[in-house]
Amino acid sequence: MSSYYEASARERLLGLLDEGSFQEILPPSARISSPHLRQLDTPAAFDDGIIVGKGLLDGKPVLAAAQEGGFMGGAVGEVHGAKLTGLLERALDEKPAAVLLLVESGGVRLHEANAGLIAVSEIMRAILAVRAAGIPVFVLDGGQFGCFGGMGIASRLCDAVVMSEEGRLGLSGPEVIETTMGVEEFDSRDRALVWRTLGGKHRYLLGEAAGIVPDAIAAFRDAAIGLLRQAQAPDLSLAAMQAEHRRLANRLERFGQCRDAIDIWRSLGIEEPAGLPLLEIPEFVARTQDRRA
Amino acid sequence: MDANHLINTLFPQGAEIDFDGEFFTGTGQVGDKIVAVLGTQGGVYIGVELAHRMAGIVLDTVRNHPGRPILLLVDTKGQRPSRRDELLGINGYMAHLAKCLDLARRQGHRTIGLVWSQAVSGGFLASSLLADECYALPDAEVRVMNLPAMSRVTKIPLERLEALSLDNPVFAPGVENYRRMGAIRDFWQGDLAACLATALDSPTGPDRRRAHGLEREGRLMAYKVAERVRHDPV
Repeated sequence: MSSYYEASARERLLGLLDEGSFQEILPPSARISSPHLRQLDTPAAFDDGIIVGKGLLDGKPVLAAAQEGGFMGGAVGEVHGAKLTGLLERALDEKPAAVLLLVESGGVRLHEANAGLIAVSEIMRAILAVRAAGIPVFVLDGGQFGCFGGMGIASRLCDAVVMSEEGRLGLSGPEVIETTMGVEEFDSRDRALVWRTLGGKHRYLLGEAAGIVPDAIAAFRDAAIGLLRQAQAPDLSLAAMQAEHRRLANRLERFGQCRDAIDIWRSLGIEEPAGLPLLEIPEFVARTQDRRA
Repeated sequence: MDANHLINTLFPQGAEIDFDGEFFTGTGQVGDKIVAVLGTQGGVYIGVELAHRMAGIVLDTVRNHPGRPILLLVDTKGQRPSRRDELLGINGYMAHLAKCLDLARRQGHRTIGLVWSQAVSGGFLASSLLADECYALPDAEVRVMNLPAMSRVTKIPLERLEALSLDNPVFAPGVENYRRMGAIRDFWQGDLAACLATALDSPTGPDRRRAHGLEREGRLMAYKVAERVRHDPV
C-alpha cells in the first residue's frame, strides 16, 4: 500500500485518478513561478507548489488540483492561488462531474502575505460559485502539513472533506497559537495533543470531515469514487444553511465546556475514548459507529 | 473613530443599532433604503461563538428581509488563536459565516464590507472579503499576521521582516497595498454617507478583484494565470 502522507502531490494525483488520464494545465515546463519569492532570496518552483489539471475518476471527467507540501508547506501565494481559482472557474465552463482538491497547505504564504490572503478569498468565492452552478467540490486531506489557515476555511466551503488520521484540519496552526498566546495555551511539540485536537479522527467524530480512511492513496481513491457515485447537486439553500447553523449551535452547547478532544469523545458516548488514537481505521469506524456528533 | 461615531456619520438619516459588548447589529436608513448593519469594535478576536452569531444575523436578514442590503463593519484582529476554538472546529464556523454571506449575495442582497479600523487574516476572509465589494477608511489597518509569528513560521529573522514591512507592497500591511491589489475597491473619505449611498447603487457582478489588481499594477500575475488555467486547451 502506497502512503498518501509520504507521497508527493504528483504521485497522489496520478494514483488517485484513473490510470493515464491526468492532463496537467500550466505544467512546470510553462515556467510560471512566483515573482515575489526571489526578492526574499527564497527559491521558487516552476509550478508554484500546486498541480492543476483534468482527468477521469471512475470513468467520469473531473478537474483536480494537488498542493505540494514539500514546497513552502503548500502555502498559497499569488500564482499558486490563481492556478486554483482558474481551475475552479474552468469547472464553470466544462461542467465536470466534480472538482477534487488534494489539499496540503499551511494557508497564506507569508512571504507574499497580502497577495496570498486575497488569493484565498478568490478561491473561496470560486468554490462557492462552482457549487452554486451544481458541481460538487470534494476535499482530500492527508498530507504532512495538513490543511490550515485560509485553506482550512476554504475546505469547509466544499461538499465533503475526506481525511486520514494523519491529515490535520484547522485554522490557526499549533505553532502560531503557541507563538501568539504562549506554550501553556497550545504546546506545538506535544504531538499526541496536536493529533487528537486537529487530526482526522476528531474531525470525523465532530462532523467536520465526512469520511476517514487509512493512509493509502488507494483508500483515498476509493473514498473519492464513493463520493462521486453518491454525489448530489450541492445544496446552498437557506434551509440548508439554517440546518448547518443548528448543527453548529448544538456543537457549542454540547462541547463548549470540554477541555480536550477526549472529553468530547466521552460525551459522545464512546467507550474508552482515550484509546481511540491507537485504533486502526476500520476498528475506529466500527467503535464510533452511530456516535458521531 | 469609534463605532458610534462611525454609524452616526454613515447614517445621518438615522440608525437603530444594538450594542452588546464588542458586537453590534441593527439597521440604518439610506435614502429610501433600509440597510442591515453587522459589526464589531475593539479589534475583537473572532472565535466560534462570534462567527456563529454573525452568521445567524445574516440568515435572519435573508429570511425576514429579502433583498435588504447588508453592511459589514467588522473590526477584528483575526480569528481567535486558541486551542479551544481549534478543538471545536473554528474553520468550520468561519466557513459557515462565509457561506451565509454568499447565500445572501445569491439571494439578491447587496453585501458591502467597510474596513474601518482593523482587518486581519481569517476574520477578514470570512467577512468583508466575501462581500460583493470591500471598501476601507484610509487610516484603517489590514494585515495577515503579527511579525513575531510570521518570523517563526517563515524562519526569516524578525529584523528582516520589520525592514520588509516598511516598503514591500505584497508583504507590508496597509490598506493602500490592498487597494492596489484589487481587494479594496476604494477608500471612503469625506462624506461617508454619500460614499455608502453610491456603493449601494453601483452595479454588482462577478469577482473582479484580479482585474482591478492588474489595472492598478498591484497584482500583475493573478489575472493572467487564472485566465490561462481557465481557458488554455489541454
